[in-house]
Amino acid sequence: MEIWDKFKGSKWKESIDVSDFIINNYTEYKGDESFLVRSTEKTNKVWDRCKDLIAEEMKKGVLDVDTVNMSGIDSFAPGYIDKDNEVIVGLQTDAPLKRMINPYGGIRMVYNELDAYGYKLDPDVDKKFNEYRKTHNQGVFDAYTKEIRAARSAHLLTGLPDAYGRGRIIGDYRRIALYGIDYLIECKKNDLDGITDINESTIQLREDVSEQIRALDKIKSMASKYGFDISKPASNAREAVQWVYFGYLAAIKENNGAAMSLGRTSTFLDIYIENDIKEGVLTEEEACELIDQFIIKLRIARHLRTPEYNDLFAGDPTWVTESIGGMLDENRSFVTKTSFRYLNTLINLGPAPEPNMTILWSNGLPENFKKYCANISIKTDAIQYENDDLMRSIYGNDYAIACCVSAMQVGKQMQFFGARCNLAKTLLYSINGGLDEVSGKVVVAGLDKIDSEYLDYDEVMKHFENTMSIVAKTYVDAMNIIHYMHDKYAYEAGQMALHDTNLDRLMAFGVAGLSVVADSLSAIKYAKVKPIRNEEGIAVDFEIDGDYPKYGNDDDRVDSLAVMIVEKFYDELKKHKLYRGARHTLSILTITSNVVYGKNTGATPDGRKAGVPFAPGANPMHGRDSSGALASLNSVAKLPYRGVCQDGISNTFSIIPQALGSDSDRVKNLVGILDGYFKQGAHHLNVNVLNRETLVDAMENPDKYPMLTIRVSGYAVHFNRLSREQQLEVISRTFHGEI
Amino acid sequence: MVGHIDSIETLGLVDGPGIRVVVFLQGCPLRCLFCHNPETWTLNDKFLITPEELVRHIYKYRNYFGTDGGVTFSGGEPLFQHDFLLECLKLCKKMGINTCLDTSGSCTGYEDILKYVDLVIWDVKALENDAYHKMTGQDINVSLDFLKYCQDNGVKMWIRQVIVPGINDNVLYINNLKEFIKPLKNILKVELLPYHLLGVSKYKQLGIPYRLDGVPAMDKSKCDELYKVLMS
Repeated sequence: MEIWDKFKGSKWKESIDVSDFIINNYTEYKGDESFLVRSTEKTNKVWDRCKDLIAEEMKKGVLDVDTVNMSGIDSFAPGYIDKDNEVIVGLQTDAPLKRMINPYGGIRMVYNELDAYGYKLDPDVDKKFNEYRKTHNQGVFDAYTKEIRAARSAHLLTGLPDAYGRGRIIGDYRRIALYGIDYLIECKKNDLDGITDINESTIQLREDVSEQIRALDKIKSMASKYGFDISKPASNAREAVQWVYFGYLAAIKENNGAAMSLGRTSTFLDIYIENDIKEGVLTEEEACELIDQFIIKLRIARHLRTPEYNDLFAGDPTWVTESIGGMLDENRSFVTKTSFRYLNTLINLGPAPEPNMTILWSNGLPENFKKYCANISIKTDAIQYENDDLMRSIYGNDYAIACCVSAMQVGKQMQFFGARCNLAKTLLYSINGGLDEVSGKVVVAGLDKIDSEYLDYDEVMKHFENTMSIVAKTYVDAMNIIHYMHDKYAYEAGQMALHDTNLDRLMAFGVAGLSVVADSLSAIKYAKVKPIRNEEGIAVDFEIDGDYPKYGNDDDRVDSLAVMIVEKFYDELKKHKLYRGARHTLSILTITSNVVYGKNTGATPDGRKAGVPFAPGANPMHGRDSSGALASLNSVAKLPYRGVCQDGISNTFSIIPQALGSDSDRVKNLVGILDGYFKQGAHHLNVNVLNRETLVDAMENPDKYPMLTIRVSGYAVHFNRLSREQQLEVISRTFHGEI
Repeated sequence: MVGHIDSIETLGLVDGPGIRVVVFLQGCPLRCLFCHNPETWTLNDKFLITPEELVRHIYKYRNYFGTDGGVTFSGGEPLFQHDFLLECLKLCKKMGINTCLDTSGSCTGYEDILKYVDLVIWDVKALENDAYHKMTGQDINVSLDFLKYCQDNGVKMWIRQVIVPGINDNVLYINNLKEFIKPLKNILKVELLPYHLLGVSKYKQLGIPYRLDGVPAMDKSKCDELYKVLMS
């Protein structure tokens, strides 16, 4: 193939190996941002049209819904925003921001979604899914045990992907650009022919691969409706961006997963852009236009959700996470000019939550790039940072982040997303003998109550360990059922077609309320904690006599408790075998759902009152970190990533601009904080540089701040799309540096 | 040996260069009108720590220090606990931690201490004795001797001046300050800090009368104007 002759290396030409192609052909960029340009007129026209539509959508909740066609790679006629000015094309449906219905995950969810916005499902679709076709959701509930149902309705296990797409799968969309669809089909056919030893798991795999081949054909057909033949490799930069986008577009036409992440595309695309610039067929303005317009498309990806879902996750998130930067090895970074071009969209198009720009940070990144990232963070709050030195040593150098903090090798690993377990509630169950402190119902059977006047640390720990072990089993059972059924009824054929046939599966469990539990155990250990019990003997409040060390102050006495909890819970999870030979991973992440978890959880022994929000992710509880920001960062940095929380440890850092030093020092100081935090071995950091006053004003006068973006745990949101309750919670969080 | 500490701020980005841990020591011979840390005037036993423990704690933040960050001893008047401060500084230097002293120079016996200090942030209270006494309750000469000693021994310095409305927020004073600083050597930075009201509530809590009651916070842009005069 002609285009292949322009590029170096041979391994990637013999079999699918995008990483080898990148390493052999990319050009590291160590310069600064001065080469960047502003958006072209075409881009401005397209984006202006989108901004109008988004404003209209914000008023109505959803702009429009296609109630006739079901989700699918090739189910919709081509759609455009402003055809004459679009250099990258393709929409999920036939019109911008018009949402699809996806009944494969669950038909009941579709009813709720449509009801909420005043739409009615086409009778034909309704009939298909009620009379002929079973959904993922129905399959799951056929198999759920009564223990799982109880844990689910008590909010002990929450956010389970049992009624919509599981997401967190990243197709290697780059493969389409590098190889073309025909070669990918040929490889899959060879793989299929090689699966000859027939047993339960290979039967499933053969069916999967056959589905994948059909999906690849559909991607080709979908692209052809937009006038592109993607059977062969992309032959220039524009095609490369377009081919990659068609791959991603197929994924979001087929699935409505909670997090539909993009992967790691900037350095890959830079190879084509550099080549075209070198050949004199592309200018910097045109390169900028390609990236700006690609990013516009990612910004307008939508899924139909219920209002309750939006309350839980804040706004309308899609988690189109793109991982940027990182190192090839100790000396060479993957930073290219296109890494800058991606971040530059936050200036050209204004700040936005999507795509979820994620910097893979290493001490070895070029200083100019570090400074540029810090500068964009200070200006837009729209970037998150994750420790490349840490993840590279586990996942190699071609991994990407799905959702907020979940690393996986692109095209070689996939994740079974596992929502999270409410550990604070688990602790209360171990005190209350498995009775729910809110409903009074038995949720975990067979536990004894603690009835002493004051809580004894050793006794509580014994009960807590026992409760964790029972809850861990229920949790694993739920996950195994969910993913079995998801593979069966809502298989992501298009995304999985862009993975190796033989792949490594991770099952990502999660915990919420870690800081509440660490502080509760610390209070029980170092102060005197007296439960206040109701007539059923359930502890509904706690009196604390004396002070105790609090998580977030770099105090080993309590930080070690936090470490112990995650290690013990992970050990309990690992005792149970997982579906399809998956490996256990664990995250400490809550996005914005910490508000809802807190609402559903009674008072806790740390002094937190019933219904009060948890801290997000692995953050210390609000206002309890009193030794300054670095002490807080150091506490979080102690939580073990390697071997325990390998699905990510999320931390959100907010600071007022003045506390970052004088104007001229802020960029340098932020770089220093990031360098230091990640040298401590920490995993993830959201950075918000803003004033409490700005947020209060934005809450009262949303019209003044249409673009105000802030980072919550692992994700950026439009502040205006948060519920009032979430806005207040964000404001009440510690603003480091406030006197 | 133990020191009396008020608090530790682990992310200090304004008290010295780079990212610094700021240790606020207790005890001060001055009673400045504008003081925003009245809780540090006298020693109490709320937070006692040995030099070894304190430096071990500071060392936990070494990854953030980079090339120019480190520790800043502030207060109170850090020189007030001479022996403790000396021991801490020696240990810091042993551990390779950059040290900064935020002081008014109003205690004697600093000669040995300055051997272990990389930067002194010297707080100007007033330029002549009457005003100094009115502002601090003490005479100016100890502080001026400190400045002279620093100058004679090549100590690197920042100079800081709090600007209080009605007291020194005028061009005449700023010109005098300019003349005062002109002959000084090794001055890396001069800062004017606008007086603020964030410390006022502490006085109420402590039951100490606030002597600048009714004085408004210093306008930041006016302070910037004065800084331009100072630097012209």
